[in-house]
Amino acid sequence: MPVKVLLPNAFQKHTNGTREIQSTASNLPQLIEEIETTFPSLRPHLRDESGQVRRFINFYVNDEDIRFLGNENYAFQDGDEVLVIPSIAGGCSPQLQTHFALPAAQPGAPGLSTGPEPDVAQ
Amino acid sequence: MATSYGLQCRECGKRYDNAPLSICDECFSPLEVVCDLEAARRNFTREAIAAGPSSMWRYQALLPVPDDYKPVTPAGWTPLLPAPRLAERIGAANLYIKNDAVCLPTLSFKDRVVAVALANAQAFGFETVGCSSTGNLANAVAAQAARQGLKTYILVPADLEPAKILNTQVYGARLVRVDGNYDHVNRLCSQIAERYNWGFVNVNLRPYYAEGSKTVGFEIAEQLGWRLPDNVVVPMAGGALIVKIRKAFKELVALGLVEDKPVRFFGAQATGCSPISTAVKTGADHIEPQRPATIARSLAIGNPADGVYAARAIRESGGWAEDVSDVELVSGILELAETEGIFTETAGGVATAVTARLYADGRIHRDELTVLCITGNGLKTTDALAGAYEQQAAIRPRLADFEAFIEEGSQKEEALAVGGSHAR
Repeated sequence: MPVKVLLPNAFQKHTNGTREIQSTASNLPQLIEEIETTFPSLRPHLRDESGQVRRFINFYVNDEDIRFLGNENYAFQDGDEVLVIPSIAGGCSPQLQTHFALPAAQPGAPGLSTGPEPDVAQ
Repeated sequence: MATSYGLQCRECGKRYDNAPLSICDECFSPLEVVCDLEAARRNFTREAIAAGPSSMWRYQALLPVPDDYKPVTPAGWTPLLPAPRLAERIGAANLYIKNDAVCLPTLSFKDRVVAVALANAQAFGFETVGCSSTGNLANAVAAQAARQGLKTYILVPADLEPAKILNTQVYGARLVRVDGNYDHVNRLCSQIAERYNWGFVNVNLRPYYAEGSKTVGFEIAEQLGWRLPDNVVVPMAGGALIVKIRKAFKELVALGLVEDKPVRFFGAQATGCSPISTAVKTGADHIEPQRPATIARSLAIGNPADGVYAARAIRESGGWAEDVSDVELVSGILELAETEGIFTETAGGVATAVTARLYADGRIHRDELTVLCITGNGLKTTDALAGAYEQQAAIRPRLADFEAFIEEGSQKEEALAVGGSHAR
């Protein structure tokens, strides 16, 4: 039951230029793990210090934002096309973050407040 | 002469040289422009600005454009108007309107961001530019690209207001209507920008584009006599404008052009598409995307690119976000037109209605100096007012008919007044 996964240009530095993969993952958490297994050097870029998938990475299934389809509960269908797009928008549901937290992750929210001030020129 | 500037990741802080790039390759977060304020200190003075052109380019020293850039469009420098009659209606005493309904050349604040984006498109050598748009951006890109001799592809949701479609096509732009909402269009543009060597103003040129919004903040401060207001009310679609007005104020404070003081930022959305106001109200540090369902199409972005930053800017400033129904936003359009003679589009109706709500709820106090940002022109969304006015029967060209018409009108007014007093 393969699904086609299209990776963004921003990933290519970490995927040896691979833009597209076939996956047999049945849901989003599995797909992310599979991407990380296939491209180990992508892993530290895909997750933040606490092991959670970075908030600016968006997943779309066919034409729809996966968050409208049930997020990590959505079961991939044969022939689905999954599109990974970073930085279109700033969203990652709390459920998704929790679900993707690695067992070894340090506790503590990766809240926005920990990042550098976004709107002040340094 | 423009100062030095570059790109920086908004999350991990990684620096990048200037390039058509909007995503950090380390953490996949958005990039933004940072200007070297120290380098700008010499050129960015009140005197130098006053001697500059009557357009947003008077602030060129803090805009990310090449040193030798010669502006081709006089965007910006729109009126900041006292609004006493609207103020009286909504219980305010010190209200101003920043009126970008008359921003040139295409009557919305998007002319500012496009001016900066296309300056960079040319610097990067793009011959074709494009954008995803809810309408105003489409108009602005089409017009300014025509003036700069660039080829243009513009992608819009298929159900966009006819006036905004016509106001794009008239400039010779290739318009692509997409069967979907803005978020679908925006996602498609992200893919196109990766495939084609085009400058997409709100995709790969986004960091530069967004800086253009700072000029709204620079102008508000200068037009208030180089001081900051107490409050700013800003309509929110992608959320960049409110963030950049705040950035502008901080830059002015850093350069000593205005005295530092707390400014509270208030965001306005339509309830039918309110992902940012929802985040502010619930205290969330993330944005839950929504499927837009509002006539305020220029604000109908369900997955706003700067949503988290807008929500954070509002919260940090001690402000608030509010959203209003489509019925309320239409009332907002009418109220602004009837009291101040400014005809705004649906987004301005949202901002006006939200401002009224903020005063009514006591979130903004009567005497505080408050600036309401009107970002677009009502002539583009006249369909929002379809059915708002009865078509009067024509009279014959005779004085007697005119007098009868006046008499009938005063009788109606009396009847309304009597009805009103009974109701009380």
